[in-house]
Amino acid sequence: MNAVASSIPASPLIALVGNPNCGKTALFNLLTGRHQKVANYAGVTVERKEGAFETPRGKRVRVLDLPGVYGLEAQTLDERVMVDALLGRLPGEQRPDLIVCVADATNLRMNLRLALAIKRLGLPMILALNMSDLAARRGLKIDAGALSRELQLPVVSTVGLKRSGIESLLKQLDDFAPSSAPATVREPSQTAQQLEQDHAEVTRLLGIIGADRDTGESASDRIDRIVLHPIAGPLILLSTLFLVFQAVFAWATPLMDGIEAAVAALGELLGNTLNEGLLRSLLVDGVIAGVGSVLVFLPQILILFFFIIVLEESGYLPRAAFLLDRIMGSVGLSGRAFIPLLSSFACAIPGIMATRTIPDARDRLTTIMIAPLMTCSARLPVYALLIGAFIPQREVWGGFELQGLVLFALYVVGIVGAMTVAFVLKRTVNKLHAQPLMMELPTYHWPSPRNLFIGLWQRAQIFLARVGTIILALMVLLWFLGSFPTPPADFQGAPIEYSFAGRMGAALAVVFEPIGFNWQISIALIPGLAAREVAVSALGTVYALSSADSDPSASLAPLIASTWGLPTALSLLAWYVFAPQCLATLAAVKRETNSWRYPLVMAGYLFALAYLASWITYRTALALS
Amino acid sequence: MTSLDQLALHQTATVSSVQAADAAMTPELVRRLAELGFLPGERVRIVARGVPGGTPLAVRIGTSTFALRLIEARSVQVALESAN
Repeated sequence: MNAVASSIPASPLIALVGNPNCGKTALFNLLTGRHQKVANYAGVTVERKEGAFETPRGKRVRVLDLPGVYGLEAQTLDERVMVDALLGRLPGEQRPDLIVCVADATNLRMNLRLALAIKRLGLPMILALNMSDLAARRGLKIDAGALSRELQLPVVSTVGLKRSGIESLLKQLDDFAPSSAPATVREPSQTAQQLEQDHAEVTRLLGIIGADRDTGESASDRIDRIVLHPIAGPLILLSTLFLVFQAVFAWATPLMDGIEAAVAALGELLGNTLNEGLLRSLLVDGVIAGVGSVLVFLPQILILFFFIIVLEESGYLPRAAFLLDRIMGSVGLSGRAFIPLLSSFACAIPGIMATRTIPDARDRLTTIMIAPLMTCSARLPVYALLIGAFIPQREVWGGFELQGLVLFALYVVGIVGAMTVAFVLKRTVNKLHAQPLMMELPTYHWPSPRNLFIGLWQRAQIFLARVGTIILALMVLLWFLGSFPTPPADFQGAPIEYSFAGRMGAALAVVFEPIGFNWQISIALIPGLAAREVAVSALGTVYALSSADSDPSASLAPLIASTWGLPTALSLLAWYVFAPQCLATLAAVKRETNSWRYPLVMAGYLFALAYLASWITYRTALALS
Repeated sequence: MTSLDQLALHQTATVSSVQAADAAMTPELVRRLAELGFLPGERVRIVARGVPGGTPLAVRIGTSTFALRLIEARSVQVALESAN
C-alpha cells in the first residue's frame, strides 16, 4: 500500500507533528515540493500525506505530514490517527524513525505544551521553531540553544516559506542516524494534572529563553478589530463571498472560450481526416464532444479553489466561521461546520471528510447530511450551461451581471435548503443537545504562492484524472448505448431514438415528464449519477448523435436554447440544487458513517426534495409564461 | 465568582478554575478547554463578540485566540484584575 516505502526500504521515515496552524503543511510543501502522495489511512478517512526528498548530503528521507492536533487524548478521529501513527499501531504503517515537532514560535505557550506531551512518548525528536522570522519581527528573541539544553532535544529555528529557512532543519536530518536499538515507547499521558504541570514547565522554559512576555497588540489584533466588528465584519464577509462568485464567472470566460475553440478545432480536424464510420463517430461524437464539454470548466474550478485556498491560508476562514456561528447555531449547527460546508462548495467529498474535525458525533452527522446541498463545483458546468443558454447577458442594478446574480441565487437556495434541513433535524432527532465551538482564530498570514500553487496543482490533477478515467469511460459507454442498435433503413426520426439509450430515456421520460424533462435530459441524468458534470457531456453526446447532420463542433448551449422551453431549464436547475446526482458522495458517506443507513436516507430525502422543487419550479414557470 | 462570559470587551482577567457550569459541558469538553490553554493563572480577555446576542466570544488566552460559545465561556471561572 506504500509504493515509496517498498521501493526504498532503507530511507528513514520522519513524521511532522504539531498544533493546527503551526505552519506544518507549509514546511511539508517546502521539503517535498510537488513530490507528494495524498491518500487515506487504511480503513479511516483521515488524509495521509507522504512525500520524499533528499537532504543536501544526498540522504533520501520520507516524510509524513500528520494531522494537526491540540492534545494526545484521542478525542477526535484526527487525534486518534495521529497518536496511532506515532506509535506504529496503524495497520500497514511503519513507526516513524524520527518526530519533527513543529511549534509556532510566535505562540510557544500553547505549542510547547504539546511538544512536552509528545516528547514523553520517548521517540527520537527534533523541535522546529517555525515562523521564527515573524517571532523576531515581533521582538521575541528566542534562545534556541537554551531551549535545546533545557529540553535535551535538538532545537532548530525554521521559516516555512523559503528554502533558506529550513537549512538548519536539513542539517539536523543529515546528521540523524536511526538507532539500531528501537526506542522504548510510552503510552501518551495527558491527564488534567499533567496538563497543569506541563503548563508550569512551559512558563518556566519561556522565562529561561526570554520569550515570556506579552507582545501587545499585534497586526492580527488590529485586523480583527475590523474583520470581527459587529457591523463591518458581516459586510466584509458578504462582499468577499459575492466577489468570489462574480470572479468565477467573469474571469473564467476568456479561458473557457479558448478551451472551447480548441476542442471544436480538434473535433473538426479529426472529422475531416478520418473516414466516415464507427471510429470517427466514437472519437468525434463520443470522446471529444463528451470530454471537451467537461474540460471547459477547469478554469472555473481553479478560480474557485484559488479563493478557497487564499481564504484558508490567510486565516480568514475561521473568522468567517466566527461571524456565522450565531446563524449556524440557531439551526443547530456548530460554527465549525462552516469549514466542511465551505469545502463542500468545491466538492462534497472533501467537505464530508473535513467533518472529522467536528468532535461531536451528532453535529458531525448533521453536517454530513447537509453537505451535498452546498453547491459543489461539479454543478458549475450544469449551471453554467443552462445560465449561459437561457439567462440573457446584461447588467442590472448598476453593474451586476444578471448571469452572476442567478448563479449567486442558486448558491443561496442550496444554503437555505441546507439550513432548513438542519433546523428540522434540530427540532426532531437532535433535541436537547449542546454544540461545542472552541475554534482557534489563528494569526493572519500572507498566503504563500508555493502552497497556493501546490493546492491548485493537486485540484487540477484530481479533476483531470476524473476527466481522463471515469468521465471518458462513461462517455464511451454512453456513445455505445446511443449508437446501437442501429436503426433499420426505413426508420423515421433520429437514429439515437432507436438505440438502447433512446429507449431508456423514453421509459424514464414518463417519470420526469411532470417536471418538464425531455428524453434527452432523462438519458443524461443516468451517467450524471456518476458525477454531476458528466450530465453536460452526456447531453453533448446525446445531441451530437441525434442531430441529423451530426455537427459535433456545434456548441451545446445554442442548441438547447432553441429546443427547450425556459420552464424546463429552470426545472433542471432546481433539480440540480437538490438531487444527489453523485454516487461518489454517497460512497464517501457510507465510508464515513460505516453504515448503509445514512447514505440511503440521504439519497431518499434529496431525491424527494429535488423532485418537489423541480415540480414547483416547472409548474410555476409554466403558469407565468 | 465571575465567569469568562461576564467580562467586558478587552477587560483583562486571570483564569482561576475550569469546571462544567452546565450539564451539556461533558468532561471531554472541559478537558478540551484545558488543552487549548484555559488553565489556572492564564490571563484572558474578550477581544470580540459575535452578533446578534453577543455570542460567540473571541477570547485571547496567552498568545492564542479562540472562539467560544457562551456555554463554554461560562465554564471558565476568572478573577478580575484591578483596573489600571
